[in-house]
Amino acid sequence: MSKRVGLEASHAAAEAAKMADVDVIAAYPITPQTHIPERLAEMVADGELNAAYIPVESEHSALSACLGAAAVGARTFTATAGQGLELMHEVVYVASSMRYPMVMTVCNRALSAPLSVWGDHSDAMAVRDTGWIQVFCQNSQEAFDMTLWAFRVGEDSRVLLPVMVHFDGFHLSHVTEPVILPEQEEVGRFLPKFHYPFALNPDKPMTHGAFGPPDVYSEAKIAQEVAIRESKAVAIQGFKEFGDIFGRYYQLVESYRAEGAKTLLLTMGSFSETAKIAIDAKKKKGESLGLITLRLWRPFPFEELRQAVKNAETLIVFDRCVSLGGPAGTVASEIRSALYNEKKRPKVVSFVGGLGGRDMPVEDFEYIVDRGREIAEKGSKELSETVGIRGEVTGIRG
Amino acid sequence: MEGKFIKFGKNLVTTEEFVAEGHSFCVGCGEALALRLACKALGKDVIIANATGCIEICTSPLPVTSWAVPWIHTLFENTAATVSGIEAGLKILMKKGKMPERDVKCVAVAGDGGTSDIGMQALSGAFERNHDFLYLCFDNEAYMNTGIQRSSATPYGASTTTAPAGKMSIGQTTWKKNMPEIAVAHNIPYVATACPSYPFDLMNKVRKGGEVKGPAYVHIFSPCPTGWRYAADLAIEIGRLAVETGIFPLYEVEDGRYKLNIDRPELKLVEEYLKTQGRFRHLLDEEIAKIQEHVNEEYAKLKAKVACFAA
Ligand SMILES: Cc1ncc(C[n+]2csc(CCOP(=O)(O)OP(=O)(O)O)c2C)c(N)n1
Ligand code: SF4
Ligand SMILES: [Mg+2]
Repeated sequence: MSKRVGLEASHAAAEAAKMADVDVIAAYPITPQTHIPERLAEMVADGELNAAYIPVESEHSALSACLGAAAVGARTFTATAGQGLELMHEVVYVASSMRYPMVMTVCNRALSAPLSVWGDHSDAMAVRDTGWIQVFCQNSQEAFDMTLWAFRVGEDSRVLLPVMVHFDGFHLSHVTEPVILPEQEEVGRFLPKFHYPFALNPDKPMTHGAFGPPDVYSEAKIAQEVAIRESKAVAIQGFKEFGDIFGRYYQLVESYRAEGAKTLLLTMGSFSETAKIAIDAKKKKGESLGLITLRLWRPFPFEELRQAVKNAETLIVFDRCVSLGGPAGTVASEIRSALYNEKKRPKVVSFVGGLGGRDMPVEDFEYIVDRGREIAEKGSKELSETVGIRGEVTGIRG
Repeated sequence: MEGKFIKFGKNLVTTEEFVAEGHSFCVGCGEALALRLACKALGKDVIIANATGCIEICTSPLPVTSWAVPWIHTLFENTAATVSGIEAGLKILMKKGKMPERDVKCVAVAGDGGTSDIGMQALSGAFERNHDFLYLCFDNEAYMNTGIQRSSATPYGASTTTAPAGKMSIGQTTWKKNMPEIAVAHNIPYVATACPSYPFDLMNKVRKGGEVKGPAYVHIFSPCPTGWRYAADLAIEIGRLAVETGIFPLYEVEDGRYKLNIDRPELKLVEEYLKTQGRFRHLLDEEIAKIQEHVNEEYAKLKAKVACFAA
């Protein structure tokens, strides 16, 4: 029997790594990720989990150690946030380019300066093009579910890619919620034993990571691009089989009360749950409104997104990251480009807020819906507007 | 301790090659020779993690490889961390019965730059965590792969492309970082220096380092004709002179116990060594005297340690 327990998202992720029977964990502490490696270290110390916990001296080494472990065929896990993900940056590319499956939780955190341990999506956006499969969670249950799913999809022999599971620092990482934990037997049915077909082994010497001269590099990169694009089918299959075993069915793009809605709000991560309250309140007043949340961020679910928004007039995108000197909202700019060639598409309005742990109460979401509709109707000189930020400047010029 | 290890003799060295022909090292490269010998000493039950640098670039252009043993390159500064993961991964997979028990040596290979500069933190971490691995530093005293830029292992007075000798400079103005001593300071079970001019000594040390349980470090002096500016047939002679002048003494530190492997009653003068190479050509007598004084001092310090902590 599965059981329902109170867990914060961090511990839910650790629990999932444990139920996945990970072999190697290499991690370096950083707020707000600390509860994950602490919990895993405790499990190893108590004999609850038979794994090697490598207490590395930096995040760069954390992910580098993960490369080594994955290269010999170990099921490998790490977690980080903000500055830690930045310090790993060059290794992040290597993990995906060398096709090493592994799972990394990112408790999304703002980037210095000024120093902030609090949440936003700047760290995630800085690694969007690194070739990892990436998924966002909205609650603790999803932190558990997505972690399990991440092992399954990344290790699939048709995929062999690392997977990043994002959840909001503090707003989700430290929030205790009821989580349904499955039976180990069910996990076993969902997640087969990891078999890495290219594991380094003296009986069958292989060269990993040879350098790519110009007559090879381009082909190698495009092959990688094909691989991550094609992983979408496996991601979908993974969600389907997850639902069949655990009873919770997930979509790449989720719609909440969005059917027939003229205006759609689009969010990623745990703020989606606050947005839902705003949507409910406004729908009660008879407004034609719905919510879209992007669960799968990479590979970008182009088709699913286009389907989900094609009948709306206005699509309001909320970003927790600002692309400095660029298109302001990173997610909004991707959505705009995804829809640009569509004959029938909603107007896309962009808002930026919730930076560095700034809360977004229900009223702020209500505000961006009202203001977003107004912009869609009357037009705006701005490429993006801010929400919940003090000061004169509220718009970001395009 | 000695008896535990098989000594290499002329007829006992394997004829098998683990770094195959077809690589693109410069003619007369001391690093290539040292690598070849080291790999012979290690045999085939190894996994090698290689930092970016001459060795990596000269042996692995896609789609071909010179490596007849399992080999991985990921980045420049993370080799010790990568090998940590390899070692921990193999150990736990064997412990969990997911892989048959066997002895696989985990070996990191890096240049002096990848070791004493950019990779120092990762290496210190891996030493401290007591992984069972062997780290081989191939010291050609500069960043050769990127075009002879100075490193912290470049000797005083050498001219490199980022510390060139000129009207206002003698080139490198700092003394060579003592990387073997930094390894010793981590209290690891085995540290040694080696040079391919002494092939059996080198192979014995690599072999020992591979067999020791816990971290081992072998610092290998690797003459580089291209970067040091000498004729391609002189690598062996130059390596020998480095040892005979006391510039690069051959010693071992086993469990904190020092042993000088070659101890000449009288050292040759450093000038004899310096004059063989274009990188020192600009040095005036007073600089050479300064280097001589420094070498004497360092050698005396080493001898004092040998006397104090004898093996
Ligand atoms: C992060 C990073 N910085 C710089 C480089 C460029 N780089 C590649 S190899 C190298 C020097 C290697 O020197 P060393 O470790 O002494 O090896 P050698 O080539 O001399 O054998 C440098 C600077 C790099 N690859 N990665
Ligand atoms: S530059 Fe020096 S170390 Fe590099 S391959 Fe040539 S001789 Fe060897
Ligand atoms: Mg070098």
